Amino acid sequence: MAVKISVTPLRLTIAVSGEIDHHNAAVLRLEADEAIQSSLCKTVRIDFGEVTFMDSSGIGFVMGRYRIVSSYGGAVEVVNLSERLYSMMKLAGLDRLVKLSKKEKGKEKI
Amino acid sequence: MKPVNEMRLKIESRSVNEAFARATVAAFAAQLDPNIEEISDIRTAVSEAVTNCIVHAYAETVGQIYIWSGIYENGVIRIKIRDCGCGIENVKQAMEPLFTTLGGERAGLGFAVMESFCDKVRVRSKIGVGTVVTLEKRIKGRENADA
Ligand SMILES: Nc1ncnc2c1ncn2[C@@H]1O[C@H](COP(=O)(O)OP(=O)(O)OP(=O)(O)O)[C@@H](O)[C@H]1O
Ligand SMILES: [Mg+2]
Repeated sequence: MAVKISVTPLRLTIAVSGEIDHHNAAVLRLEADEAIQSSLCKTVRIDFGEVTFMDSSGIGFVMGRYRIVSSYGGAVEVVNLSERLYSMMKLAGLDRLVKLSKKEKGKEKI
Repeated sequence: MKPVNEMRLKIESRSVNEAFARATVAAFAAQLDPNIEEISDIRTAVSEAVTNCIVHAYAETVGQIYIWSGIYENGVIRIKIRDCGCGIENVKQAMEPLFTTLGGERAGLGFAVMESFCDKVRVRSKIGVGTVVTLEKRIKGRENADA
């Protein structure tokens, strides 16, 4: 698992690649929260386009960031979801809390 | 029914073993010629059950996790994940979506994910003795790979 963080004045992007499980989520959380707390961006974009595996730890990760970001009035969006990850996010009801968008067709990894 | 092939695995409840456990079971399941979706289903369900042993059953301690898997003639794979941890007080409640005793970063969706990716999920648990989660899935594999 690897995290790439980029910031523009309007948006913080957290791009994750590799496998998200309970083991990796700890580091992911640390890096993401450091970036969120130092930028306090109104829009936090989580890019799961390069994620090759995710279990419910990934859902917990998004829920946790939603809680932090909405506490200061910001919004979270999750982009580049595969069909599989999208259906897991929906299972969690995350579509009601954050904006979810799928990956372009033909670019799916899992 | 007797399985045509079986495997056993015993691992310590360290989070670094989550990836090892799901990869090993998926490699064993490969002999049923599953498609990519089915392999992901198995990996995800095993990851959920093993993570539960680590974060709930053994919590702050390190214990043993016993994984057994059997493959049956009709293309079914059965996977048992067992711990000798704290046990679950109310299994029915524990399996409800969004129910969690940990909160924080846990979504309470592990069992819901197992159920959505397997045909059957059975849980037997006893307080102070441990928990056995049995996952069952029929692998259709190439039969409907293009579906
Ligand atoms: N092996 C186990 N030993 C003891 N308690 C367990 C075990 N597995 C699950 N539980 C209990 O059942 C609850 C629900 O489990 P489930 O996997 O659905 O959610 P979670 O682990 O809390 O959150 P998530 O899986 O979304 O990270 C847990 O909070 C825990 O109380
Ligand atoms: Mg769980």
